[in-house]
Amino acid sequence: MTNYIGKAVKRVEDKRFITGKGRYTDDIILPGMTHAYIVRSPYAHARISSVDTSAAEAIEGVVKVFTGKDIAESGINGIPTGWQVNFKNGDTMKEPPHPLLVSDKARYMGDAVAIVIAESREIARDAGDMVEVEYEELPAVADAKKATEAGAPLVHDDAPNNMCFDWELGNPKAEVDEAMSKAHHITTLEFVNQRVIPNAIEPRSAIGHFEESSDKYTLYTTSQNPHLTRLLMCAFVLGIPEHKVRVVAPDVGGGFGSKIFHYAEEALVIWCSQRLKRPVKWTADRSEAFMTDAHGRDHVTKAEMGFDKDGKIMGLRVKTYANLGAYLSTFAPCVPTWLHGTLMQGLYTTPKINVDVTGVFTHTVMVDAYRGAGRPEATYLLERLMDTAALEMKIDPAELRRKNFIPAFDGVKQAGYQTQVALQYDSGNYQGVLKRALEMVGYEKFREEQKAARKDGKLLGIGFSTYIEACGIAPSAVVGALGARAGLYEVGQVRVQPTGKVSVYTGSHSHGQGHETTFAQVVADRLGIPMDDVEIIHGDSESVAFGMGTYGSRSLAVGGSAIVKSLDKIIEKGAKIAAHKLEASEEDLEFAEGKWTVKGTDKSVGFGDVALTAYVPHNYPAGLEPGLDFSSFYDPANFTYPFGAHIAIVEVDQDTGKVSLKRFIAVDDVGNVINPMIVDGQIHGGLAQGIGQALLEGAVYDENGQLINGSYMDYTMPRADDLPSFEIDRQVTPCPHNPLGVKGAGEAGTIGSTPAVVNAVMDALSPFGIKNLEMPLTPERVWRAMNS
Amino acid sequence: MATTIQVTVNGKAYSHDVDPRTLLVQYLRDVLGLTGTHVGCDTSNCGACTILVDGKAVKSCTMLAVQADGSEVKTIEGMADNGTLHPLQEGFREEHGLQCGFCTPGMIMTSADLLERNPNPTEHEIREALEGNFCRCTGYHNIVKSVQYAAKKISNQEKVA
Repeated sequence: MTNYIGKAVKRVEDKRFITGKGRYTDDIILPGMTHAYIVRSPYAHARISSVDTSAAEAIEGVVKVFTGKDIAESGINGIPTGWQVNFKNGDTMKEPPHPLLVSDKARYMGDAVAIVIAESREIARDAGDMVEVEYEELPAVADAKKATEAGAPLVHDDAPNNMCFDWELGNPKAEVDEAMSKAHHITTLEFVNQRVIPNAIEPRSAIGHFEESSDKYTLYTTSQNPHLTRLLMCAFVLGIPEHKVRVVAPDVGGGFGSKIFHYAEEALVIWCSQRLKRPVKWTADRSEAFMTDAHGRDHVTKAEMGFDKDGKIMGLRVKTYANLGAYLSTFAPCVPTWLHGTLMQGLYTTPKINVDVTGVFTHTVMVDAYRGAGRPEATYLLERLMDTAALEMKIDPAELRRKNFIPAFDGVKQAGYQTQVALQYDSGNYQGVLKRALEMVGYEKFREEQKAARKDGKLLGIGFSTYIEACGIAPSAVVGALGARAGLYEVGQVRVQPTGKVSVYTGSHSHGQGHETTFAQVVADRLGIPMDDVEIIHGDSESVAFGMGTYGSRSLAVGGSAIVKSLDKIIEKGAKIAAHKLEASEEDLEFAEGKWTVKGTDKSVGFGDVALTAYVPHNYPAGLEPGLDFSSFYDPANFTYPFGAHIAIVEVDQDTGKVSLKRFIAVDDVGNVINPMIVDGQIHGGLAQGIGQALLEGAVYDENGQLINGSYMDYTMPRADDLPSFEIDRQVTPCPHNPLGVKGAGEAGTIGSTPAVVNAVMDALSPFGIKNLEMPLTPERVWRAMNS
Repeated sequence: MATTIQVTVNGKAYSHDVDPRTLLVQYLRDVLGLTGTHVGCDTSNCGACTILVDGKAVKSCTMLAVQADGSEVKTIEGMADNGTLHPLQEGFREEHGLQCGFCTPGMIMTSADLLERNPNPTEHEIREALEGNFCRCTGYHNIVKSVQYAAKKISNQEKVA
């Protein structure tokens, strides 16, 4: 079989994982390896008066303790951010330093103060407890909106009102105000899109290994993008030459955004290893991960949507305060701005939109991209407004959406859709996904059941979410103009070996997405060879030329396209060799099923023969270089725009307030599909995280900036018995601008699902006159609302 | 002050001196090099470290190595039989019950305990049995199907035998 695209091929990578042979960072043991423990501030905001390491260093087995003072004296830089967003008046955003270890002040609970290096993990931890730090606790602020108010404690002295930037997008506010003033009805919602914690099940880990003999460094790290980590760490933090540094991200146990960023611990283990001439390993325990992994969401928002008397949207006005945490993480500034404001068009023809975002520093851990990154927040806002408006205007929520949908367009015969908020959608058929979802749920029948159930005192509810997202990030020139400090292309190298076996090197990184299978399907299919003849290599800066990593549902759309570009070059060069061997002209050849055939004849030469000839070029086209090995950079022409319709059905227990998710229907359109099994799996996982935010999850910082639910005992994540089996289906509207026609599936489930669940609960609670409750919809919150 | 323990792991007998505070999971990973058993938390909630001790599923981060003295331990590395995958291993692959693979060993070991006690579980029973194991990738949908696959396969094998 060489026809792989579109087939549910079982995953190549599974064998090692189901037999316990995966190789995650913490599994790696190097000769002479030491272990690090990081001493962290227990206070959210404190002046550090002194750090005494003498007792710790006296413990047998302790190699060294470094403090913030050592880091400051070494002259190395702090952790940079990769995106610049300016104030409305053109001033540059506030970008305070983020040292690897702090020496003067701790700015969040978990801020790193000292690092202990010891012969074992246990000794390092014991010694960590002996590092005596004198803190002078200072007032803290954790809430984004409160942080901007007069008199709020400052996180950084040079960021007045704790403002990092203020920013707006869309139509001028006066135009939107005017449109709203003419509206027949305005729906207003004020809500918090609560902070959630990504919680990849593998905690972050990093090993730094400096080899003095060759002056080379190796960093093993739990990263979604090893090359960008290398670039940031070498060029911006440590000032060490990039060609002397290898970064390996081996098997990585989930990321969901939290492992995109360059973290201080990565630079710290390299810096310590260079000082000590020994490998240094650090692995977070879960409590540490809760405190120090970048969190997601955390918006305080007021949103208003104006409608005419027929339910057509006339305008949208949004004000958001976005919590960025204490320092700027790698992509932090772009998440609440360019990944959030640009989604305010949704699937609707809204003619006037203004979105205004204030980025705010608080005494909390950094906030950055978490599955969906900005797009779930935008979708939550729009889709909650739609269902609330439908209720207020007594229009069916499905009908209200249909009235406002952008008509179908394929991006080829019909142009892309230009939004009011900078993006141009590539292709879409929004009616189609809603129609299918309504069929699957049996909408009319459900409404009858709901009526009957209410008579019996049973609270059933249905909620909708019709979403779009922008992924496959991203065209470099576009994101550069918007403040990105990196390009967002991808690299794909295809190396055909002399025997016709194929090694493929991709700058994308798989931490669960199944690249080793999906990418191999594409390569085998295009070359007409068995999948077993293809090996996908990723996650090692020494073998893969360069890469921008995996996030923003970009792997297949961008990384896959880079591989396709190289495959095209392989086939083009192969044709020259084949033509020579067949004594035919290239134009007379066709390539299919792994061989070049002279059209209309049975004369052909196989891919393996051509590969061998390329490496043993005895009888070879004049002037053609030997070898069959191409590398390509693919810079996409546009974002890709998956969309879909999600419907949730819930039952609320009137006695306890507990919400049970009875059914979840998702019809997603992610463009062409290479492996339906893997795409379905991505949707399932995405749904669980989106549903988790609606019903269960939420990081809680108290008024002193203490993270009070920083463990699995306290932070509620979806468990197997919290969720139903999902009912999913697919529509296919190909992406018109990449060679595979794919859009991206990693984040769609999360982006669409959260508002569907909350809308369903509000529908169930509508007999009580309840229109809005904050997430997560815990039994207590729902019970109190019903009983107040 | 080290204590000597004798433990059989995946059919092989070991004797080691261990620090009394060494967790069983650390013993398996650091001393025996069986890194298929993972550590995902520090509160015994995530289940990534689940193994079988004397046939029962145990979170190996909740047990000291010294407590395993005299026990028979099975980890994910011991599930395949001479290269033939256990039906659960096969099920997770066939039904795409894993993505990043980090929770997978624990899921498989917990499921093995379930199928031992209840060879033909309903979806609800599977979900309840797995509620001590977190997966952040799959939404559990295909994990349920993987366990159902294995249950069916084991039951067919027994019919043949």
